[in-house]
Amino acid sequence: MTRWAALALAGAALLGGAAAAQSAPEGEPTPGGTLNMIVQPEPPMLITGLNTQGPTLYVGGQIYEGLLTYGADLAPLPQLAESWEAAEDGLTYTFHLQEGVNWHDGQPFTADDVVFAAEEFLVETHPRWRLIHEAYVEDVVAQDDTTVVFQMKKPFSAFLYGFDMSSFPIMPAHIYQGTDYRTNPANSTPVGTGPFKFDEWQRGSYIHLVRNEDYWKEGRPYIDDLYFRVIPDAASRAIAFEQGTVDLLRGGDVEGFTIRGLSEMPGVETTTAGWEYFSPQMFLQPNLRQEVFQNADIRKAIYHALDRDFIVNAIFFGQGTPSTGPFAASMLFHDPNVTQYPFDMDAAKELVANSGVDLSQHPIRLLGLPYGATWDRMTEYVKQQLEELGFVVSIQPVDAGGWLQAMGNFDFDLAFSFLYQYGHPAQGVSRIYYSDNQVRGTHAGNNGGYENPEVDALFRKAADALTEDEARAAYSQVQQILADEVPVLWMFDMLNTTIYRDKIHNLIRTGIGLNEPMDDVWIAQ
Amino acid sequence: MMSFTLQRVMKAFVVILGVVILNFFLIKMAPGDPAVILAGEAGSGDPQFVERLRAEFGLDQPVLVQLWNYVSGVLRGDLGFSYRNQVPVLDLILDRLPATLLLTGAAFVFSLVTGILFGVLAARNRGNVLDSIITTLALIFYATPLFWIALMAVLLFSLNLGWVPPFDMETIGAGYTGWRRALDIAHHMILPVVTLGLFYTAIYTRLTRASMLEVMGLDFVKTARAKGVPKRRIIRRHVLRNAILPVFTFASMQAGQLVGGAILTETVFAWPGIGRLMFDALMQRDYPVLLGVFLVTAIVVVAINFIADLLYRFVDPRIAIA
Repeated sequence: MTRWAALALAGAALLGGAAAAQSAPEGEPTPGGTLNMIVQPEPPMLITGLNTQGPTLYVGGQIYEGLLTYGADLAPLPQLAESWEAAEDGLTYTFHLQEGVNWHDGQPFTADDVVFAAEEFLVETHPRWRLIHEAYVEDVVAQDDTTVVFQMKKPFSAFLYGFDMSSFPIMPAHIYQGTDYRTNPANSTPVGTGPFKFDEWQRGSYIHLVRNEDYWKEGRPYIDDLYFRVIPDAASRAIAFEQGTVDLLRGGDVEGFTIRGLSEMPGVETTTAGWEYFSPQMFLQPNLRQEVFQNADIRKAIYHALDRDFIVNAIFFGQGTPSTGPFAASMLFHDPNVTQYPFDMDAAKELVANSGVDLSQHPIRLLGLPYGATWDRMTEYVKQQLEELGFVVSIQPVDAGGWLQAMGNFDFDLAFSFLYQYGHPAQGVSRIYYSDNQVRGTHAGNNGGYENPEVDALFRKAADALTEDEARAAYSQVQQILADEVPVLWMFDMLNTTIYRDKIHNLIRTGIGLNEPMDDVWIAQ
Repeated sequence: MMSFTLQRVMKAFVVILGVVILNFFLIKMAPGDPAVILAGEAGSGDPQFVERLRAEFGLDQPVLVQLWNYVSGVLRGDLGFSYRNQVPVLDLILDRLPATLLLTGAAFVFSLVTGILFGVLAARNRGNVLDSIITTLALIFYATPLFWIALMAVLLFSLNLGWVPPFDMETIGAGYTGWRRALDIAHHMILPVVTLGLFYTAIYTRLTRASMLEVMGLDFVKTARAKGVPKRRIIRRHVLRNAILPVFTFASMQAGQLVGGAILTETVFAWPGIGRLMFDALMQRDYPVLLGVFLVTAIVVVAINFIADLLYRFVDPRIAIA
């Protein structure tokens, strides 16, 4: 039986091995150079503690650090915490911090900063930490300058999976304590502990970060300057890469149909790694408050009617793999052995015929994601398939604000959505299914209105589990039930392609990918 | 004159206030609000989180109270605080305004100069090849959508020929200063300015040509010719002077778009101007920024109209102030 504590210790022990494996890439690292990237859209601010949007994390990830980070296999790895222990009863977590870490303004980083983040700053500002804090955390204490102890109210098996720079960014207590965090004038000049320091932000044009000479890892980072450029037009972004103005494109920077052309250019590499922690999964959410969708056979019929291989390959240009169930394949506790619903229009029609429901009596609105042409094509494809099945379908035209409002007010019939799974099902998956998580005003809860006490109990059991086996058993069981009931139609696990020039080395090293501090990244000179 | 000015200022004030109030309600009618959008973009956020943001932004108060807070703020010269960027709106706008004014101002001058020049050339050479070429080109640029011209121009002049940079306002990271920097910006300006200006160039060309031809047939031109005034001088002193009024009218309309008229060009050419600030603010429901940009745009339009009305008297002394 693997104990959580053992897992944690194994993670700490891995440090030596991982570091050794990393220092043997092709060729010796050469210091210096400038890395040009694109940040799209332009972030509103760079304070990751106040804003957890993708672009903020992308830039802010070089400035701020978390206690831990996660490997491609989602095992916790050290960052500002050099090691950690979990008590066997799951009620105490002790983090030992790196020594000799300074904030960019020269002040020392200590355990007090961690306590401040955990007990004050993030409780007020972070969309996920407050919930964890409220439900599970009893007390956070700094034992000495480099030791922090979290006392738990009850065990939480996902606890160690929420300490990366996006879930638990550490903010400088000496700047923020006792101030109004959001209006603090220091927000325009972020101060972190990361390998790069803020230099300049020309709004609408670029953000410039420079090497942190005083970084706590000896001899790191290698690169001198990072430029995050703001280029609002997707075609212009592709041109920027083609012309060598930028050397790195993140997933989503260019349209799916230009990826192939760019990746075939000489001296260009691509990878889809580095998104394992987020594991975004795209799904179709039926509103189960509607009579027609309360019938499980109708939901299964719709699932059978959609050719997800076609969606992924023809519409998304291969930027995804069809999902096999409620957990993305790169997630912890993913179980592939659940009921499958392959594309089969005949089976779909038969399900509808046997159900005795006249679909034409239930006109439905399709709420598409407003992210541009690719997503529009998918909405149109689904509309076409649903109409073949017998539905009368209209498309709800919305922009991002309209989509969020419709989702948050449960004002939809069949909606496209996607969510990050955040390393552990208890963080990113169960929220869609808990009966009591049907709350208006957010798009990231149980917006479909699914209610199954058995599923609730299993998710709770897994979250409170003390051992990995216990959690795994409960998660397998819950995946079976969900796959049999299809409260949500899991479409595909989204892939994000990173395109970069091959002179850049060591780019993707962990499961948080490009959000990872680029301390080990180097550019061949 | 004094009472005229006073009357116009009063009118302008009412117009601007109307614009602010109307826009305020229009924006409120759009679904979603900044708190929901912030939570949405974070990929999570429970209702309590959203409510806290809303309270912080003052969005939990009745709409009329919000309106009063905004309007009274504006009257005190305070355009508010961006919900999203957590930066005073005025700073955001002043940060982006120069880039837009540089772009639109240059495009304005470019289209006026080229438009009148081509118009005069076409009118002087009425019926021959040069006239046909000019009028055909003017028709093409009048009819072609701006974004298409922009993309094709990038394709040809930047990608294939490599003459001009495809986007950005200056070379990022080059650290140029003084004249070197001015030259660099000028180089980057060529494509966006021409793209933005071509449509109005086409209009001015057609207006100038038509108006010139009309004036050329009038009696006083015949008289001048009979007197033996050189052709060049007739065109400049007699014809153009009398034909310029419609061009002036249109130019004052173009000038009204100095602030808000370049969203598309700014987007394609990654120009860090105010149009993009406005568009982003719209998508993110950042009300104070959006209202601030509308306010500045309205003020510019009103001011330009006022100046244009005054200038009419100099362009055509027959027009008296109403």
